[in-house]
Amino acid sequence: MHELSIAMSILDMAEEESGRRSAAVDAIHVKLGALSGVAKDALLSAYDLARTATNLEAAELVIEEVPVLIFCPRCQAPRGIPSIQQLTCAECDTPSAEILQGRELQVVALELRS
Amino acid sequence: MTAAPRIVEVRKNILKQNDELARALRTRFEEAGVFVANLVSSPGSGKTAFLESTLTRMRPDFRVAALVGDLATENDARRLARSQAPVRQIITGTICHLDAAMIEKNLDGWNLSELDFLFIENVGNLVCPSSYDLGESLRVVLMSVTEGEDKPLKYPTIVNSADVAVITKTDLAGAVEFDWPAASKNLQAVRPGIEILRVSAKTGCGMDAWIQFLTSQREVRRVADPAAAR
Repeated sequence: MHELSIAMSILDMAEEESGRRSAAVDAIHVKLGALSGVAKDALLSAYDLARTATNLEAAELVIEEVPVLIFCPRCQAPRGIPSIQQLTCAECDTPSAEILQGRELQVVALELRS
Repeated sequence: MTAAPRIVEVRKNILKQNDELARALRTRFEEAGVFVANLVSSPGSGKTAFLESTLTRMRPDFRVAALVGDLATENDARRLARSQAPVRQIITGTICHLDAAMIEKNLDGWNLSELDFLFIENVGNLVCPSSYDLGESLRVVLMSVTEGEDKPLKYPTIVNSADVAVITKTDLAGAVEFDWPAASKNLQAVRPGIEILRVSAKTGCGMDAWIQFLTSQREVRRVADPAAAR
C-alpha cells in the first residue's frame, strides 16, 4: 500500500504550486499509467484520507488512466496491447518490450479558483 | 458571479524526488565502479537464502556487500552476516518498499570504490517496490517454484520492470510439479525477451550460472562506460 505516500506527494506538489500562485485549488489532474504500479481506486481512497490534513480539502483528484502503448517491430508503429499480462501487438501479436507509454505517474494540471 | 476555472499546467512526475535521488545514486555507483543489483520478490520466495549463497560464493573473488530491507526484524542481516560480507539492515517500519533516500542514508561510512558488487534485498512485496528506482544497475525479480507458474501474470508490473528473472527453490520443482514451459511463457508474456535463470540455493544448482551472468553484466557496463572501469 504505497498509495498513501503517492497521495501525499500529489498534495505536496499541488500545495507548493497553489501557494506560489496564491489561489485555491478546485481539482488536481493526474495521469496514471497502467504499468505505473499504482491502483486507481486505492489512490482515490488514500487521497481522501490524506487531503483532510491539508488546506486542499476541497480539491478533487481527477485521474486519467493511460493505457500501455508499445512500439511494434513488425508494424513499425505504436500499438496497444491485449492486456498488461501480454505485451504483444494488438494487431499482429508480435511481442515487444519497448514501452512508449503506460508508466506515467504524473501531476499534469491544477484547476485554480479565479 | 462565478468565473471559469483557471487551469495551470504542472507536468511533474509524482516520484520526482525519488527519481532524482536515484539518478544521483546511479552516477555515484557508476563512478565508484560498483555494480548494484536490486532483488525484488514476494515474501518467502527465498531471497535471503539466495543472497547468502551468492555472497558466500562471490566473496573469494569479488568485494561484495548487501543492504537488506525488512519491515521489522534484523534476522536477515544476521543470516547474511554469516557470509562474512559487510551487511546492513534497513528497517522500514510500516513502509512496504525501499526508496532511494533509504539507500543513500544507509551507504554512510561505506567506501563504494572498495566494492565490486552491492546487493539490495528489497522488502518482500511484489507491488510497491516496482515504482521506486534505487539507482540500481540491474533489477532482479525472484519467484520460487512453490509460488506457482502464474505469478508473473498476477504481478505483471514488477516483472515488467525487471531486467532478469530468477526462479528459485528448483530442488522442489518435482515435488510441486512445476510447469517450466508455462512459467517461461508467462514471464515472456509480461516482459518479452527477459532472461530466465534457474537456481537452488540449497543444492547450489544454477548458482555458478547466476554469478557468471552478474559478472558478465558488470563487464558490459564497464565496456559501455570506460569511466567506470578501473
